Amino acid sequence: MIVTPGWYLALAAVIFVIGASGMLLRRNALVMFMSVELMLNAANLSFVAAGRALGVLDGQAAVFFVMVVAAAEVVVGLAIIVAVFRRRATASVDELSGLKG
Amino acid sequence: MEASEVMVSLLILLPLGGSVVLLFAGRRLPEPLAGMLGTATVGTGFALAAVAGWGFLTGSGETLRVPWFEWLGPLGVSAGLLWDPLSALMALVVTGVGALIHLYSIGYMKGDPRFGRFFAYMNLFVASMLLLVLADGFALLFVGWELVGLCSYLLISFWFEKPVAAAAGKKAFVVNRVGDAGFLAALMLVFAAFGSLDYGQVLGRASAELSGGMATAITLLLLLGAAGKSAQFPLYVWLPDAMEGPTPVSALIHAATMVTAGVFMVARTGALFDLAPAAAAVVAAVGIGTALYAATIAVAQHDIKRVLAYSTISQLGYMFAAVGAGAYVAGMYHLTTHAFFKALLFLGAGAVIHALSGEQDLRRMGGLWRRLPVTTATMVVAWLAISGIPPLSGFWSKDEILATLYARGGAWLAVWAVGLATALITAFYMSRMIYLAFFGRPRWEEGAHPHEAPGVMAVPLGILAVLALAAGAVNTPWRPGLEHFLEPSFEGLDLAHLPSGGTQWVLAAVSTAVALAGILLAAAAYLRARCPAEEGPAWDLVRRGYRVDEGYARVFAAGGEAAARFTSVTVDEKGVDGLVNGVGVLVRAVGERLRPLQTGFVRQYGLGIVVGVVALLAWFLSRGGW
Repeated sequence: MIVTPGWYLALAAVIFVIGASGMLLRRNALVMFMSVELMLNAANLSFVAAGRALGVLDGQAAVFFVMVVAAAEVVVGLAIIVAVFRRRATASVDELSGLKG
Repeated sequence: MEASEVMVSLLILLPLGGSVVLLFAGRRLPEPLAGMLGTATVGTGFALAAVAGWGFLTGSGETLRVPWFEWLGPLGVSAGLLWDPLSALMALVVTGVGALIHLYSIGYMKGDPRFGRFFAYMNLFVASMLLLVLADGFALLFVGWELVGLCSYLLISFWFEKPVAAAAGKKAFVVNRVGDAGFLAALMLVFAAFGSLDYGQVLGRASAELSGGMATAITLLLLLGAAGKSAQFPLYVWLPDAMEGPTPVSALIHAATMVTAGVFMVARTGALFDLAPAAAAVVAAVGIGTALYAATIAVAQHDIKRVLAYSTISQLGYMFAAVGAGAYVAGMYHLTTHAFFKALLFLGAGAVIHALSGEQDLRRMGGLWRRLPVTTATMVVAWLAISGIPPLSGFWSKDEILATLYARGGAWLAVWAVGLATALITAFYMSRMIYLAFFGRPRWEEGAHPHEAPGVMAVPLGILAVLALAAGAVNTPWRPGLEHFLEPSFEGLDLAHLPSGGTQWVLAAVSTAVALAGILLAAAAYLRARCPAEEGPAWDLVRRGYRVDEGYARVFAAGGEAAARFTSVTVDEKGVDGLVNGVGVLVRAVGERLRPLQTGFVRQYGLGIVVGVVALLAWFLSRGGW
């Protein structure tokens, strides 16, 4: 059985949906964070697969950017989550609705 | 510049300079000095005018144009002076009578805290009036016209601590603005028709280029302006109130400056009125109507100055009737003699008021002739002059007007008849005033010590009395000196003429009889120990000027107030403010509705993003890819 690019894209879609669902359904900030990582990497997978299929390096180049951004995001995001946890002793985003209109 | 040009320019610049000096240094100058400076500038002006105008008298004088400067270049309007017999006569009257009034004021205003300022305003008044009469075009005339209005405002409300005086000044200004608006509109029409505001251009080209309708429109608007300045119906209401000013101011306004401006202007623009016979007839009708109307009001006044104020309105009515009938010389003649005897009457009334320490009510005078012999003698001259008793000046000028009106025949006979009736009433109310003030039993309050005016006030009275007595000689049917003098100014105009010799004698006899009848009627009613009560609704109605003032207050003042309230409350507060506030309210309301969307739940925002992305993707895919 030949693994065609379509498979990769389907897998990326599944991972993305899992990430999105986690984002929408879970309350724990850390879990949501991991869901975001899942979505980012799903996007990375589709980039690489598409680049490989088309025989260009653009996809891989884009993945590097995404990884850098994701790393930066993890740094900032985790710092915020830790700070909030210290203050409120909770990681549930539903309780962090101070900016409600 | 030639000598005469310099003289004519100095005529205006002297009082103007005097007023500037007095305005800035008046407080530092000692009292009589400020007055003397003010008197000297006007007196010197009179001398200059006499010298410069001498040529017109001998017949060697020529009309002089003194170009000053290019003024409104793009419109082709330049400023300059016109020195012809008409402006020379006006300048002589303004400076001559003006100087006497200034001299008198030194005594009358003695001790006033704003003595210097008073003379500054008086000088400015004279300078403005000279600018008005000497201007060589409508534009500069209008400048003088407005300045005269300003000065009247400043002087009528000179004692502005009194609320009545402040209100009177304001009223004079506002009523004059109504006339000025008409005048300005007339100027615009003149410019539209001729492309110039220069007298030479406009009056010279008028008969060839001006259509009848345009001439009528211009002259009727000019009449509106003249009625405002010269206190004719319906814009006369400011003049009686102007009595709140110091008495010399009343004399200046009534005799030399301001109110004569309208008559002068109609005479000056006679070429336009010639083209609009209908408008000229309106001028005469307004004049004679005002003459009769104001004379009847004068009969019922208690205040000595208000009698004189209504008398001025009435006499100006005569002048309007004259110029409306094309009798420009007669009009200017009456203007001149009226300047003498009316200035005399006001200054004499001022002396009486001065003597009684501010009392102006005729009911509290009487028997003053014993205490004020000089004032009484001069006032008697003025009284007989205005009543039209020969050979005093008023007889000649008034009779010339009446005779000219009679000679025109037709509908003008009605004007003549009204004029004659007015002459009767004039003699009656002036006699009433004289009898009540100077004769009969003293009715002044216990403790008042009437005293004769000081010399500085008595001298002008004497000079004016001589003029009121003899000024008629300048233009008699046998020696029409003034007519020859003014001839160059009214060249080519359709002038009204006197009737033939025999008719003249009859008319003179009739008007003399009428004047005597008025005097005798008044003597029967007032020359007795007790003065009549003069009470009842009819007296009250006339005394209040037929309640015209109240009517104006109800219609125009209240109407204006209602309009102001409408714009301030309805338009501004409700309309404009409402619009601005409405926008604010709308934004707040929309914001209030949108607030619940921001729940603070991150997952909801996330759901929004997902739904949005899915919707976008669906849309792209439905269009068949990108």
